[in-house]
Amino acid sequence: MAAKPKVATASLAGCFGCHMSILDIDERILDLIELIDFDKSPIDDLKEFTGRCAIGLIEGGCCNEENVRNLIEFRKHCDLLISVGECAICGGIPALRNTLPLQECFDEAYKHGPTVYNPSGQYPNDPDLPLILNKVYPCHEVVKIDYHLQGCPPSADTIWAALTALLTGKPVQLPYELIKYD
Amino acid sequence: MVKTTHPRKIIIEPVTRVEGHGKVTILLDEHRKVQQARLHIVEFRGFERFIQGRPYWEVPVLVQRLCGICPVSHHLAAAKAMDLIAGVDQLPPTAEKMRRLMHYGQMFQSHALHFFHLVSPDLLFGFDADPAIRNVIGVARQFPHLAVQGVMMRKYGQELIKATAGKKIHGTGAIPGGINKNLSIAERDEFLKDLDQMLKWSRESVALAKEYTVTHLKELVDFGSFESNHFGLVRKDGAMDLYHGNLRAITADGQKIFDQVDYQTYADYLAEEVKPWSYMKFPFIQSLGPDRGWYRVGPLARINTCDFIDTPEAEGARQELMALTQGKPNNITMAYHWARMIELLHSIEKIKDLLHDPDLQGVELRAQGRTRRSHAVGMIEAPRGTLIHDYEVNEQDQVTRCNLIVSTTHNNTPMNRAVEKVARDFLSGTEVTEGLLNRIEVAIRAYDPCLSCATHAMGRMPLTVEIQDAQGIRVHRRTRGVDPDV
Ligand code: SF4
Repeated sequence: MAAKPKVATASLAGCFGCHMSILDIDERILDLIELIDFDKSPIDDLKEFTGRCAIGLIEGGCCNEENVRNLIEFRKHCDLLISVGECAICGGIPALRNTLPLQECFDEAYKHGPTVYNPSGQYPNDPDLPLILNKVYPCHEVVKIDYHLQGCPPSADTIWAALTALLTGKPVQLPYELIKYD
Repeated sequence: MVKTTHPRKIIIEPVTRVEGHGKVTILLDEHRKVQQARLHIVEFRGFERFIQGRPYWEVPVLVQRLCGICPVSHHLAAAKAMDLIAGVDQLPPTAEKMRRLMHYGQMFQSHALHFFHLVSPDLLFGFDADPAIRNVIGVARQFPHLAVQGVMMRKYGQELIKATAGKKIHGTGAIPGGINKNLSIAERDEFLKDLDQMLKWSRESVALAKEYTVTHLKELVDFGSFESNHFGLVRKDGAMDLYHGNLRAITADGQKIFDQVDYQTYADYLAEEVKPWSYMKFPFIQSLGPDRGWYRVGPLARINTCDFIDTPEAEGARQELMALTQGKPNNITMAYHWARMIELLHSIEKIKDLLHDPDLQGVELRAQGRTRRSHAVGMIEAPRGTLIHDYEVNEQDQVTRCNLIVSTTHNNTPMNRAVEKVARDFLSGTEVTEGLLNRIEVAIRAYDPCLSCATHAMGRMPLTVEIQDAQGIRVHRRTRGVDPDV
């Protein structure tokens, strides 16, 4: 039996809603695992790529160095890379911070909040924490992205239609009902 | 190049360093004994700041983008705060019941997701099974009927959310002062069709979790366990109420620390400590201080803090769980799973009652506010624990201040304790073995940390565990699926 194509998924600066929408294909998940193998993905436990992937699904934009590194890694290992949802496509809600100095966001969270207890006045600032980017970047500003799937999140039907078309080599056709959102 | 300022930040240019959404550091003392364990939360969003200036009515729709795993909880907690801002103290029955239906649907789907998609692989294959099969896809291949059951239960909850909120993820149903639709007879009848099946599966899930806990009790009793305070909302009569209530906190042996406190005043009772090694703060009860005041929230804490459950089957199940500890609070970390399934059963019992309630077809969807408020708190018991949304709004309808304490944050210290306990018990020498890595994961997973609010890696976080000696030098490091690099 020929090896099944692999699909990898990543959640960068997203809310995990796009991954939940993948799970919303419900019983079709059983058909999906006949069609593909999941590679690196938070859905399984695989931390590293095990081989070349046909498709990489990216949720979320890039808000820290780790997101960027992860995205570049995905680009390297995937034939097709898809930005899934508004956060990946344009930064989404996390990018609301782009109009503000990062310092103000830190002050609000770790200094001014009504329940903050911070006698030392320190911010989280440990070598164990990844560096935060000055702004939240959409994925296509960091690497080449092949497709954009709109929605916040795109519906399960949209994701299903796109995936099955790509996996079976058919043109991706998404009628209006599948790409209008909210 | 990296440009470091305070707080450290980088201007686009990737740097290679640590990886993994969840990272654990185990610190050793001079005698190479475990001194402390740290679960680092590596995400930062800045929500409290960038929400300032947004119109208040936008918040329930916007704020749920914090978390796509339990968006309904954020949607409703924000809506509850905004009801008060809009001057509405009492919702019309149809509105409150539609929101409750949405919330119980959310509880049902989230608990099913956690138990079947995330936890069942550990229980079915054992803590030491190969991670390549120890996942939901492995379950689907080997136990297809269980996987189907999990998928269908989650789907039922998601469909309820869609029918009440308009959309499965990030709906718009709740608006300040009410709700924007009721439940049609046709929609109701669809749900009634599958109700008995859902009830049956929920009972079986409780039985499964109970049997697992009881048969493995000797091993589990001490696993990642410790005594702690417990915190949550309870109804006026002491019943569990996942949608609304007053604050209650109890000690590890059941003494009340405070009770029936109006949650508008939560900030007088709770505080959150900032620590340099995690973006997630560490909440504690003010009167006890940061060292003794930390507490647990979520299913087990709710079962411990409430006096009873007001649905018969879940109440029976609660009594069985409490009998295990002679009616005293249960402090066994792994008992969270059993407690979670009791809440799953409670939720479907509530859904049943609601579906039979004609108020859901009512037409009064929204109350008209009278006097506007400038400050309000909305709270709810989310699947993972108490969720606090606190807003100030100015006369131009703009949010001027916001404070959020999400469920997983309350459990920050407990998760660190659980990891520390497991490290003390299972670390031999200075090497992170596969067995230790597995057990740390299992202990963290008991808390169902919403890694979207917190880190965002869906419970199965790709963990990196690192051991540091008394001088802070790395002795050993291991990442799931990667050869140990020393
Ligand atoms: S696009 Fe929407 S659903 Fe997807 S990660 Fe972003 S906020 Fe969440």
